[in-house]
Amino acid sequence: MQSFLLLALILLSIGGYTLGRKRAVAVAGGHIRNLHSLPSFYGSYAALWCGLPALIVFAVWATLQPGIIIDLVVAGLPPELRDLPPDRLNLLVNDLKNLVSGNIVSSTPDPAMLAAADRYRNLQVIGNASLWVVVMTLAIAGVAYAWRAISPTLRARNRVERVVDLFLIASSTVAIFTTVGIVLSVVFESILFFRQVPITEFLFGLQWSPQTALRADQVGSSGAFGSVPLFAGTLLISGIAMVVAVPIGLMSALFLSEYATPKFRAVAKPALEILAGIPTVVYGFFAALTVAPLIREIGAAMGLHVASESALAAGLVMGIMIIPFVSSLSDDVINAVPQSMRDGSYALGATKSETIQRVLLPAALPGIVGSILLAVSRAIGETMIVVMAAGLSANLTANPLEAVTTVTVQIVTLLTGDQEFDSPKTLAAFALGLMLFVVTLILNIIALHVVRKYREQYE
Amino acid sequence: MNKPTPAAGAPAPLNRDIKTIVNAGLKRRHAAERHFRWYGLIAISLGLAFVVLMFANIIGKGYPAFWQTYIQVPIQFDAAVLDPDGKRDPQTLANADYAALVRAGMRQLFPNAQGRLELRALYGLVSSDAAHELHRRVLQTPALIGAEQELWLLASANVDTLVKGNIDRALDESERPIKDNQIEWVNKLQAAGKIEKQFNAILFSNGDSREPEQAGIRGALMGSFYTLLVTFLLSFPIGAATAVYLEEFAPKNRWTDLIEVNINNLAAVPSIVFGLLGLAVFINFFGLPRSAPLVGGLVLSLMTLPVIIIAGRAALTSVPPSIREAALGMGASKLQMVGHHVLPLAMPGMLTGSIIGMARALGESAPLLMIGMVAFIVDVPKSFMDPSTVLPVQIYLWSDLPERAFVERTSAAIMVLLAFMILMNGLAILLRKRFERRW
Repeated sequence: MQSFLLLALILLSIGGYTLGRKRAVAVAGGHIRNLHSLPSFYGSYAALWCGLPALIVFAVWATLQPGIIIDLVVAGLPPELRDLPPDRLNLLVNDLKNLVSGNIVSSTPDPAMLAAADRYRNLQVIGNASLWVVVMTLAIAGVAYAWRAISPTLRARNRVERVVDLFLIASSTVAIFTTVGIVLSVVFESILFFRQVPITEFLFGLQWSPQTALRADQVGSSGAFGSVPLFAGTLLISGIAMVVAVPIGLMSALFLSEYATPKFRAVAKPALEILAGIPTVVYGFFAALTVAPLIREIGAAMGLHVASESALAAGLVMGIMIIPFVSSLSDDVINAVPQSMRDGSYALGATKSETIQRVLLPAALPGIVGSILLAVSRAIGETMIVVMAAGLSANLTANPLEAVTTVTVQIVTLLTGDQEFDSPKTLAAFALGLMLFVVTLILNIIALHVVRKYREQYE
Repeated sequence: MNKPTPAAGAPAPLNRDIKTIVNAGLKRRHAAERHFRWYGLIAISLGLAFVVLMFANIIGKGYPAFWQTYIQVPIQFDAAVLDPDGKRDPQTLANADYAALVRAGMRQLFPNAQGRLELRALYGLVSSDAAHELHRRVLQTPALIGAEQELWLLASANVDTLVKGNIDRALDESERPIKDNQIEWVNKLQAAGKIEKQFNAILFSNGDSREPEQAGIRGALMGSFYTLLVTFLLSFPIGAATAVYLEEFAPKNRWTDLIEVNINNLAAVPSIVFGLLGLAVFINFFGLPRSAPLVGGLVLSLMTLPVIIIAGRAALTSVPPSIREAALGMGASKLQMVGHHVLPLAMPGMLTGSIIGMARALGESAPLLMIGMVAFIVDVPKSFMDPSTVLPVQIYLWSDLPERAFVERTSAAIMVLLAFMILMNGLAILLRKRFERRW
């Protein structure tokens, strides 16, 4: 229905284009040198007048229509239904929508509901029909206006280019709106959360058990929202990951840039970067079904008790995932060190490894630190591996063989159940999201700053 | 600049000449050199070994899932069961008890089975989908009614797992999902050649299911398709426009600096935070439906936008300024210069970048968990608004299930996902090789 309207609008715009073009050639008396702009610009001018206003009206209308129809239908309900509390009313509206679309309803429909559904359908038909009329009228009026406005002196190119310019500028602000959207959505919900749970408890509390009670008198009904165990768990798993990734990544980068033949490098570098392209859910599967049982068995053979969702398994696999980040970032950094420094060292009789350890690494250190920071921020924000391979219970421990939970795991578990939106449980997820956003942002800003500073040094 | 520190070695005593000192340390230094080189080689081999290990692990677990066990059962399309009045009324045919036909066929195979428990175990050999299969056949060719046919019917997941050798027959009966008498029947069937493995078309034609043998990835694939379509349609034009604006038109001022800083930061924001944004803004504020590919596509396009913008800008900067100057010199407006000359030359690079971005979006699951694309959905989605899931999330859902047959299917789904990613990245590499111009 609405996609047909969109299609009709596109066809009309194409028609508008040809009309505008023809009109321009006609008013110029067949000699386009008399025109201010090329005929195609007059065509685009007409097409824009045809499509743009109609499209804007269409978009606004289509977003507003469902809400308005609901309001009208609810207003027409019998008073005993209309005056229900908001949550019951919501349920009713959902039933109504299901009834309209012909799905199975949760309860047998009563006549008032059936009447409302009829009303809903009627309003929908009326709304859609008037949308067609309004949009089509606007489109045709737009073409008519452009038709009248086209004259040899009309600066069609400038006007069309102005519209394109505006589109470009609008596109470039999407990034800003995204950031603003992220900040607003997490901050807004977090403020609601901190009204229910004091911020000091959230930041410094050592207990995390977000179960909220169904009844007020239930045992442990309050729930505890101390996020320290979550951050400790996140740090533990990220730490294990870095212990795996940094030596392997760094040594690989050094080997590839200093020792490897060009042929070996051409094969090994992309092969290593395959690790960066594998979806994280695959790593999670690998961690949960292969690595974790393996570690458990090895632990059992050595007489150690290893939890089946040990931090070690998740951290190890996360480390594998991060290897290519560390290696390709440090590869860039190492290659940015001027060749003259290496040559100087060789000229003094140093071996390759001595040059690397005493010249290259000290010179590249800031850049390497920057790339490690980027990798850390990646590890902290990583979700799927820990959701699939790390535990759910918040233990405050530094033992890698025990199960810990992380910030991202808690966000996922808090938000993938069915619960109302303003319970502290869901709001806590947003507060955790805010913390995650702030921490990774700070890490990224520092890392980018360090790397940039360092690059400038050798340019 | 850091000064290179002098090479190792204590300050030279006066009574020995330099050569002896250097030679004395040489052996040790060369050994250190060899060791260091070995460490590097070990590190890179470890990295590559992980790649091989993961692929071997997943392919090893997943490839059996592409074959599925079928049992040949004699089926009598009994008119008395299917169509007692003989009117071939579609309504009667639709409600007929097809499962009874299957049961009769199984009893015909093993007439010795007696008692309720034993019969139930016997019927458990074939999947509950077998009855639906008969229904489909009868609807297709009503002439079947009254006839008798030997049909290959889908075996249940437990039989499939047993035939594939993934159930330890030595285990105690109570510890395996399949009973002793069932194993015996399966052995007899195998001996009679009535068990066969066929290509698992169900995996590609069905949506999700609670029964492993009937579960497929079509729903997830279609969900991924719609989601990625939305992502591409939104993020490519907006990303390309942003790149063009920042590279070609934007004045250097605080505002454009702010945009640039924003883009760089967005590229490093954890993906799950985008999920929170999607939940708060698209679902709670705008009231879009949960689990819809439209919302998933919106979230993923915000996520891939920075990737596309950064790649697009790199492609635009690689176009030499002389082309711009020539166009401007011929009297083109700035927009004509970009539209007619710069953009077509930068297009392969931009497309390469966006395909890589799309591949990343295809593998992304964390933000989609937030917006409800984790629901158990049987139907294959048919539009942008239908509830659906995507391939990586399907993998996540299946990986949680305990049945061995699901482990196999999870690995198979991963193989399909990886195949798509390799395809997309290969396309990007091909595009780059074919169209990239060095100026």
